[in-house]
Amino acid sequence: MTQQKASSLRYAYYPGCSLEATAREYDLSVRAVCARLGIELTEIPDWNCCGASSGHSTSRRLASNLAGRNLMLAEEMGMDIAVACPACYIRLRSAQNEMKQDKEQRDELMRMTGLSYQAEYDTRHLLDIICHEIGFENLKSKVVKPLKGLKLAAYYGCYLVRPPGLVAFDDPENPQCLDALLDTLGAEVRDWSGKVDCCGGSLSLSKRDIAIRMVSELVEMARQAGAEALVAACPLCHANLEMRQPGYNGNKLPVFYFTELIGLAMGIAEARSWFKKHLISPSGLLNSLGL
Amino acid sequence: MRYLVENRALDIDTSFSEQVKAESGADIDRCYQCLTCSLGCPSAFAMDYLPHQIVRMVQLGLREQVLTSATIWVCADCQACATRCPNEVDIVKMMDALREISLREGLAKERGVAAFHRIFLGNIERFGRQHELSLILMLKLKTRDLFSDVPSGMKMFLKGKLNLLPKRFKEIGKVRDIFRGAGK
Repeated sequence: MTQQKASSLRYAYYPGCSLEATAREYDLSVRAVCARLGIELTEIPDWNCCGASSGHSTSRRLASNLAGRNLMLAEEMGMDIAVACPACYIRLRSAQNEMKQDKEQRDELMRMTGLSYQAEYDTRHLLDIICHEIGFENLKSKVVKPLKGLKLAAYYGCYLVRPPGLVAFDDPENPQCLDALLDTLGAEVRDWSGKVDCCGGSLSLSKRDIAIRMVSELVEMARQAGAEALVAACPLCHANLEMRQPGYNGNKLPVFYFTELIGLAMGIAEARSWFKKHLISPSGLLNSLGL
Repeated sequence: MRYLVENRALDIDTSFSEQVKAESGADIDRCYQCLTCSLGCPSAFAMDYLPHQIVRMVQLGLREQVLTSATIWVCADCQACATRCPNEVDIVKMMDALREISLREGLAKERGVAAFHRIFLGNIERFGRQHELSLILMLKLKTRDLFSDVPSGMKMFLKGKLNLLPKRFKEIGKVRDIFRGAGK
């Protein structure tokens, strides 16, 4: 039954701009892990940037239409959308709602793009898909190298859980699915209070000092909870937590993408090459645990 | 509160709160100043007015103080305030509208953040997707902060995480139409 369900998982994949550059290892691990889990991803052809914070911070209409074009392209493919980046995820879901409610705007964008849109398909994050469509039992059966002894803090950040009216597939204040996923992989998951605190990623380039303070506070909390690494599901959090983390190499906490750890636990050989792209190398930590 | 004890006459724009409500769709009148938003705000330490104060200032029509505040640009857009507001005031949408009005009227005080948004959007209009290397370089030039991130930037480049050239994009004309349609 599970097998049957897994084989029908087909999605229009929206990687987002970061996954083509600073978060390349996230894209590589997403594709490798999905292929092994039976999730068929087809990249949306000619997708454009969702506009991110800069779009909705400066023009609601621009934000909605930039994200909207991608929804239309995906609808042509006839599949739900799978998104890797939570910032893109919230933009696409927000546009999905606006276009459902605002017929005028939808018609305007249909004229501009020459595409149609009936809002028939949904936009989902890959963490949601893996936790709820694949499921923990199924995932567990594929673990060949349990992440024994790896002490982790699951970091959800903002857009996977907020605002709850728009994105909720988990609790907005104390989400559990990433914790449960890492537990399934055999890791030691530490409970901590920073899991939904913002890391300041949107200010990482424009207001560096603010981002440094926000990252420091998070990392300190994770350390006090006994974590030796953080696990993220967002390319902006990942880059910010690596770049703005104070300390010297050797005492900084490595940051993993959740898909990298699934890949490692499933024994996917390329996993080592993903970790080489990190600014804070996790090799020392992994070697010390024989992983 | 600071804006009430300032030792000068304040300009009150009685239409301001209506404008913000119309542009944001946020029902700002519902705020009863419980401070939940400000207590949970992760970037409050860097703000000149706290989020609950901004809401009150909008209600009072303190247009210029609000639109020139650092707060609206220091807001990290984390959505915690709107999520936790017991009276469902959508502060996030209010902040978006305030930034949009502030930029439109040339009042944005935090030039670094405003420049970031302009360069970010300019790149999408040019390439269809974000090109992170040119985004970082242009921002560094614009803010004359050339050296702060050189080590991590170089490391990223050497690890193949910053593409020299943007990816090829087919229907760039359609993306540019979207920008034109939004008056950009």
